[in-house]
Amino acid sequence: MSNIDLLPALLIVAPILAATLPIALGLRYERTGWSVAAITSTGLFAAALALASVVYTSGEVIHTLGGYPRTYGIQLVADEFSTLIALLITSVAVGVLAYTRRGGPRGNTFYTAYLLLVGGLLGISLTGDVFNLFVFLEITSLATYALVASGDGPESAVAALKYLILGTVAASMYLIGVAFVFMATGTLNMVELSIAIPAAERPVLIQTGFAFIVVGFAVKVAQWPLHTWQPSAYQQAPDGVTPLIAALVSTASAYAFGRLIVTVFEVDYLAAMPNAAAIVLTIGCVSVLAGTVLAVIQTEVKRMLAYSSVSQFGLVIAAYGVVIAGNSETALTGAVIHLVGHGLLKTGLFLGAALVAASYGARTVDEYAGLATDRPIMAGLMAILLFSLVGIPPSVGFVGKWYIALGAVESQLWPVAAVIFLSTMLTLAYAARLLEKMYFTPATVVERPHARGPVATDGGDADRDDASTLDSEVETDDGSAAAALRGADARNPVSVGMIAIVVVVALGAVALGFAGGAIAELLEPFLTEVIN
Amino acid sequence: MIELLASRYTYVLMFVLLGIGLYMVIASQNLVKKLIGVSLFQTSIFLFFVSMAYVEGGSAPIVPPESDPGELLVASPLPQVIVLTAIVVGIALTAVGLALVIRIYSEYGTLREDTLREVRADE
Repeated sequence: MSNIDLLPALLIVAPILAATLPIALGLRYERTGWSVAAITSTGLFAAALALASVVYTSGEVIHTLGGYPRTYGIQLVADEFSTLIALLITSVAVGVLAYTRRGGPRGNTFYTAYLLLVGGLLGISLTGDVFNLFVFLEITSLATYALVASGDGPESAVAALKYLILGTVAASMYLIGVAFVFMATGTLNMVELSIAIPAAERPVLIQTGFAFIVVGFAVKVAQWPLHTWQPSAYQQAPDGVTPLIAALVSTASAYAFGRLIVTVFEVDYLAAMPNAAAIVLTIGCVSVLAGTVLAVIQTEVKRMLAYSSVSQFGLVIAAYGVVIAGNSETALTGAVIHLVGHGLLKTGLFLGAALVAASYGARTVDEYAGLATDRPIMAGLMAILLFSLVGIPPSVGFVGKWYIALGAVESQLWPVAAVIFLSTMLTLAYAARLLEKMYFTPATVVERPHARGPVATDGGDADRDDASTLDSEVETDDGSAAAALRGADARNPVSVGMIAIVVVVALGAVALGFAGGAIAELLEPFLTEVIN
Repeated sequence: MIELLASRYTYVLMFVLLGIGLYMVIASQNLVKKLIGVSLFQTSIFLFFVSMAYVEGGSAPIVPPESDPGELLVASPLPQVIVLTAIVVGIALTAVGLALVIRIYSEYGTLREDTLREVRADE
């Protein structure tokens, strides 16, 4: 076993072990959480880069835990698809962590939940075993519930409980699916399953299993009408947490679903399964339309972006449907690029929304009036990211949609192409509403009831340090009390670094748009392996 | 039908429990009862795994050192290991859920979902 084989295991174990440190060290020393989290996530990013360089040059890296054979042992697999997701997870984690240094939330418990979340997400992307996928889904979910509940005010606890109940039922549905598939085949390893499933004696068990798995992931990925947990969870989570969970949690679930479709059940088998393609396609297309329509009617910016996630993930699921129905390599490329691109865009947009809320005090679409004259850089960044979300070239949002639409057309699935076109128009509708407010509506003080309210509290200032001690003790209640302590100094809490992070994300979104072809090339070995 | 009940009664029982659990999650207005429903739902899946692993006349999957392992008839150990892990996950989830319920109760003074909706609408 060479050293590179250890990297997949380290990527999962290191953050989970490090998650214990902020709390343990916090007993003795104050404010160690950020350093622990920063060192760990930078290390993870470096490790993911090293892993990627190996995977993209010489093929997949497999770590067999404990040396047990894969029929009953556990494997961690890093191939072209999973490494791309691992890179997205670690880079977004580093970016968001840098933002929270000044932007909040803080406190040792926050960093513990943060590291646990990163560990769970990396586990989802690297595991090669369907049951461990369930365990990592639940680790991720547990950390997410805790992070959502740490928002200001009691509303976040209600949102987190709603998320917990729906999320647990969803993960349990997935577990039933695994149980049925296990019953039919007797193995849990993804590669073994792909061999055993076509040979299974009772295909009805496999079909039932797939049905449960589809329902489970439809909740986890927030597909209409099972998306109801998602807007309130995103809205009530602290501003520094929303980018992380919006960009990564559902993305990792969508990745896992795609992995199950292409590696475990395999496209050919699903194409022969009655109605499988039609069901997945319908879920995706309906979510695309319902999500955009719901986004258009929202007044809160964070809520609007949350509904936009419903539609963007609908696009990914629809692409999976195209992959099943049409055996389309192009649509799979599109789904992968869109997953990564959307993750990056949502990080940028939610970070931007957090910046605007912190400095301009604006939370609803109407309150964004006059942002361009008052805060030109922020407005410009939001505009770039919104245009990318709509899919205006050259941006990553365009490349993903282009490949998916191309795949749909190649497979003669014209309704899907029409849905993608229609959703682009509707995305433009809600993006344009925000752009119009930012650039063409003059600001009036009366219109911004959120300004200087409790929303502008999480600022970093010189006297922040005293307050952060307090935060770590009453972390869940980090609200008006701490703000009162900090007083007027919290008025302009946005540092250059926080803006710089959003600039990097926005530039990344545009740069990835040019790199679309390169990503497709990197994925080539994986695509030819799973699609014949 | 009778034959199904006689030969596959554990699976039938498991799906009845599953239904009860899901019904509690959806229909009960009490947040604690909802969480009990979630637990029941999960537990029924664990029972499904365990009954799946049962082998007619098989013993526990502990291999004694003296006998020839090839001739032993044992229950499948893999689902049992899986269930152990899943139970731990389930406990963690229930704990987090109950902690959130405590927070909600201390803030709003109610555990009922309909009252909670009214209180939140008033604010």
